[in-house]
Amino acid sequence: MLRLSPGYSTASLPATTGQTGIMTEDATNSANETVSAKAKPPDAASRETGPPAAATDSVLLRIEAVVKKFGALRAVDRLSLEIRGGEFFALLGPSGCGKTTLLRMLAGFETPDEGRILLDGTDIAQVLPHQRPINMMFQNYALFPHLDVRDNIAFGLKRARMPRAEIDTRVAEMVALARLEGLEKRKPDQLSGGQKQRVALARSLARRPRVLLLDEPLAALDKKLREGTQLELMELQRRLGMTFIIVTHDQEEAMTMADRIGVMNKGRLEQVATPRKLYEAPGSRWVAEFVGDVNLFEGQAGPGAGGRLAVSTKDAGTIVVTAPHDPATKSPVSVAVRPEKVKLSRGVPASGVVEAHPINRLEGVVTDVGYLGGFTTYKVKLDTGAVVRSSMANTTRLDIDAYRSTERVVAWFTPEDCVVLEQ
Amino acid sequence: MASAATKISRFNIVSLALGLAFLYLPIAVLVIYSFNGSRLVTVWGGWSLRWYAEFFNDRAMIDAAWMSFRVAASSATIATLLGTLAAVALSRGERFKGRTLFSGMLYAPLVMPEVITGLSLLLLFVAINAGRGFWTVTVAHTTLTLCFVAVVVQSRLGSLDRSLEEAAMDLGCDPVGAFVAVTLPRILPAIIAGWMLAFTLSLDDLVIASFTTGPGSETLPIRIYSEVRLGVKPEINAICTLVIGLIAVVIVVASLASKLSSAQTRSAAPL
Repeated sequence: MLRLSPGYSTASLPATTGQTGIMTEDATNSANETVSAKAKPPDAASRETGPPAAATDSVLLRIEAVVKKFGALRAVDRLSLEIRGGEFFALLGPSGCGKTTLLRMLAGFETPDEGRILLDGTDIAQVLPHQRPINMMFQNYALFPHLDVRDNIAFGLKRARMPRAEIDTRVAEMVALARLEGLEKRKPDQLSGGQKQRVALARSLARRPRVLLLDEPLAALDKKLREGTQLELMELQRRLGMTFIIVTHDQEEAMTMADRIGVMNKGRLEQVATPRKLYEAPGSRWVAEFVGDVNLFEGQAGPGAGGRLAVSTKDAGTIVVTAPHDPATKSPVSVAVRPEKVKLSRGVPASGVVEAHPINRLEGVVTDVGYLGGFTTYKVKLDTGAVVRSSMANTTRLDIDAYRSTERVVAWFTPEDCVVLEQ
Repeated sequence: MASAATKISRFNIVSLALGLAFLYLPIAVLVIYSFNGSRLVTVWGGWSLRWYAEFFNDRAMIDAAWMSFRVAASSATIATLLGTLAAVALSRGERFKGRTLFSGMLYAPLVMPEVITGLSLLLLFVAINAGRGFWTVTVAHTTLTLCFVAVVVQSRLGSLDRSLEEAAMDLGCDPVGAFVAVTLPRILPAIIAGWMLAFTLSLDDLVIASFTTGPGSETLPIRIYSEVRLGVKPEINAICTLVIGLIAVVIVVASLASKLSSAQTRSAAPL
């Protein structure tokens, strides 16, 4: 049986010094203004931690053709993925897409039926959870109810047979990092949701895992707290230089936090890309529809003027689009346009724009107006009967630019704003 | 609903009094008469502790009580051990074939008539030629009480969050270590409650014990029963009062333990 040293967290300890002082201070300062200066433990500065290994291009975790079956269901279906050291990676997908199963295989709670999981080149697919230098933060936090905050954080350190003095300093460090000062003696049921979340984070970070897995870590928090915690997590990840893999069904959360996102569907990865690429250049129609809102027009692609493509659609006539890098095939394609790329105007758009670009113009009637504060969404029923969605930022306080229901408008967008997707 | 619960009508009081009287009047009479100074059971002869003294001088009765206590303690301990293991296997093990059948079979003795259990055990002991006495009664009582322990512990295990064990494993415990570090402290109240339940069940069992015991190793209920057949002596009242007291203490402790255990997860536990 392959056995990864259970003392991995202690082994690296004496190597470096002088890093934590900075880390702790900054983490405390940046985290929340409500924390007073006394929260900084004065002795925390005399500790050490691994240097923040800046995100490198080296592959830390390699998942090779992994299959996990539950009965007849292939929860994870020949999935391959490479995760780099120091990366903040998000697994995004609808519920039941296999993202949690994949995470549990990385943690060791499930063993893959096929394929390999390589950590630093060593196959850990069959290694038991307690022998992996990987820790997990559970969705419901899974704090030990019979232990107080301190003992919860120290739990993993005691198992690693760390000397008592080192445990004390490490716990103090984690308490400062997670801003839990004064709560050490509390039991989990005496903590608020946000505090529990921070205890769970501190506990999973205490052993300094090579990879931290986070299973829907913010799902139980309310919106305001969630947004604040997202930024804290990013800050923490950057500061520690640790590799984070987060599972979420919340695309905003994934977009905000992750360096790269893997979108999963039916046990497979649909696309792995940066948040911007995922949104602006979705790899498939499914991704375009899953991530954000999108207008889709189906039609036949043909050559257009100036090296562009002209797609003749039933719903919106001929749409001129910028040709994709991969030459589009003759088969029917979908033109995807994000709602915020679709502008509305009362008449013909400003002449300067018209002359500079061959823009796409669709005429119709506003049927639905949704005021959402920062922006307003419109539904425009085209003369062909199709509905186009548009989203416009409310850049002024007065509603001089607002369109009303039943108003006749022109919805327009440029060829650059279109993405051509194969059916 | 709330107003109905706070306001107790005359009818409620009467029905409650009737119900309690029905349950506890015989016991109250027994307890009172155990302090009777008279030689005749039914004639009141003033307060006295005479029959308690009599009991403590009755060698055969003391032996029977000691036998009962030893059987109850050992069978409860064995049953708690086996019952807990069974509960863990059924609720934590990988799904194995026939699991439903196993748990059904585990619970069958709960509703099995005691005469059948006793008779079948007697036949078994005779068949394997086991000398009947302390150990056969202990084994028989283990059979009887094991399923009660399993039910109590399993329902507690079922209400526990599986991810706690996973978190313990994630943080460096092997599976057994995770069970000891995380699960055991949380099911301990249920285990204690199970032991108490097994202890009381064994203490007051007459049927199975009389099938499986041998000469010279009478349990207290058997002894009392054989005495009573020759006529009720006031001493019996004293013994019964002591047994009632002991069982009351055990039941209170068991329900406190169970309450403690359910308070931890805020979920309903048996007992």
